[in-house]
Amino acid sequence: MRKSKSATLISKQYRRKGFLIEVWLRLRTNRGAVFGLAVLALFILIMVYTFIFMTPADVSKIDSKSRYLPPSSAHPFGTDDMGRDLFVRVLYGTRYSLAIAFGAVGIGAVIGTFFGSIAGYYGGWTDQIIMRITDVLHSLPGILLGMVIVTILGAGLQTLMIAIGFTVISGFVRMARASVLSVKTSEFVESARAIGMSEFRIVFSQVLPNSISPLIVTFTARMATSVLAAAGLSFLGFGVPVPLPEWGALISAGRNYLTTAPHLTLFPGIFIMLMAFSCALLGDGLRDALDPKLNK
Amino acid sequence: MDSHFLEVRNLKKYFKRTRGNVHAVDGVNFTIDKGKTLGVVGESGCGKSTLGRCVLRLIEPTDGEVLYEGRDICKLNKRELKDLRKEMQIIFQDPFSSLNPRKTVLDLIAEPIKFNKLIPNASKADIENRVLELMETVGIAERLINTYPHELDGGRRQRIGIARALSLNPKFIVCDEPVSALDVSIQAQILNLLKKLQKELGLTYIFITHDLSVVNYFSNDIMVMYLGHVVEMAPAAELFRNPMHPYTKALLSAILLPKVNGNPERIQLRGEVTSPIDPPDECRFAKRCNYLCKACSAGTPPLLEVEPNHLVACHCIKPGMNILQEQPHLISGR
Repeated sequence: MRKSKSATLISKQYRRKGFLIEVWLRLRTNRGAVFGLAVLALFILIMVYTFIFMTPADVSKIDSKSRYLPPSSAHPFGTDDMGRDLFVRVLYGTRYSLAIAFGAVGIGAVIGTFFGSIAGYYGGWTDQIIMRITDVLHSLPGILLGMVIVTILGAGLQTLMIAIGFTVISGFVRMARASVLSVKTSEFVESARAIGMSEFRIVFSQVLPNSISPLIVTFTARMATSVLAAAGLSFLGFGVPVPLPEWGALISAGRNYLTTAPHLTLFPGIFIMLMAFSCALLGDGLRDALDPKLNK
Repeated sequence: MDSHFLEVRNLKKYFKRTRGNVHAVDGVNFTIDKGKTLGVVGESGCGKSTLGRCVLRLIEPTDGEVLYEGRDICKLNKRELKDLRKEMQIIFQDPFSSLNPRKTVLDLIAEPIKFNKLIPNASKADIENRVLELMETVGIAERLINTYPHELDGGRRQRIGIARALSLNPKFIVCDEPVSALDVSIQAQILNLLKKLQKELGLTYIFITHDLSVVNYFSNDIMVMYLGHVVEMAPAAELFRNPMHPYTKALLSAILLPKVNGNPERIQLRGEVTSPIDPPDECRFAKRCNYLCKACSAGTPPLLEVEPNHLVACHCIKPGMNILQEQPHLISGR
């Protein structure tokens, strides 16, 4: 044994900043990503606020005397056709979009990445079967697939998440398969085999971490489109049940008053756009920040 | 017979392609004794890397036996193979792609130790001490413990690759062109390191390379391969003193010596390499051989012991008779 068997580890002595700190330091230099992160953080804060301080009663409080009011200091976003305060409703609706953005895409990403990696690594029949099923999924228009699933399972937030999650699976399967294919022939995979690792373990401990960048980009890009897709489904009436203020549902409700009360569609629209935009920006920044080779 | 450390019998590896089978390794036999080095030389695509991987069963051989200390590793089940992997390791050619770019030096060297649970109930400090020990053995400064491979130069990376292979205390290492991706000055350092390790740890090597001067420095025996066949095998000194097979002669004439006007005339090979896809049953070197005789298309020449410990596979060279030198009129020079 070596002489330096002290309490402190040598690796601590030459310690570099932790992995997450290094990622953050790299991310910090990307303005777009910081903006996206800030907006997402703000949305999360809003969600926490609404969980603590708002009840469903506040959100659907009807006031027939103040209908269609334009934005003012009492009602920052104006009021809707039943005199409900739009500001309160939009803030309350944040939870749905966040749930879709993280939950639905999370479901799709886990399932899709799992099958995609298996297909890419093992190839042959496994690959054929998984990819043909994926092709079928991919060939159905996402919104139609979502509508079918909602019709089968019944409307509700969970169903919406499952429906959207299902539509993003195929993208993850393909992306994971492609990046696994490009990594699996590397010598370090063979090196892992030489120390006795099982194939299954190699996929998840060696191959996948090296295919992560395109997956993260896919994840955030899908977050953006899923927020839009959820809004679309809600707009069509397949989303969250009616009185709940999902942003897409708000736009759907406001579309009849586009000329007389444009704020009814404008504000939810801005929020949807902000959410989608910040997801995309953050994803771009994360892709670069997660790669230790780009450490400058 | 069974006292050999490693014995390979009639090893074959065919890759199936739509046009036919690629005969990458085609009936190779050899033995290595403990603590010795077998050099395998040959041009690109002659099957030497495939051979190395088949011996470790990183690729499943199509046919043949690999007897490691008397056990046929081709017949082991997964569990037994996993145990045996600790004793048989490989050092890769390209230190730029053989290390996982997302892991630090510590992780890379600790990975085989942790995975195979070599230290029972290991704490972080135990593993780190072992890693530092290995880093010292292969000559990497301890301050580099938390760096990523892309931050290091080729020589240091190759040292990490060696440390990784050594971490399992192997007895046998396949070195698959370990220095061909490195600068000449660093090549020497790595070769010296490998030689030192062999001496200290009693390692047995298969040393795969296309650089004959490296193999001369390194090996006890040398095996020359051409398109999946062994064409000549002899102790290193004997092979360099008296190369017999036309292919070996051409290879040796390509070595540059540091002498003014001291280099013998280079033997040029013409013609095309025979396709390895279902090759015809004749001498595989016939299409490029400078000494074409009538027997060349009469089947694959067997590997014969022409002189003691000197094996050659050529129709023109038989024990006690070397047509190339004695009866040149039988040969149509090209």
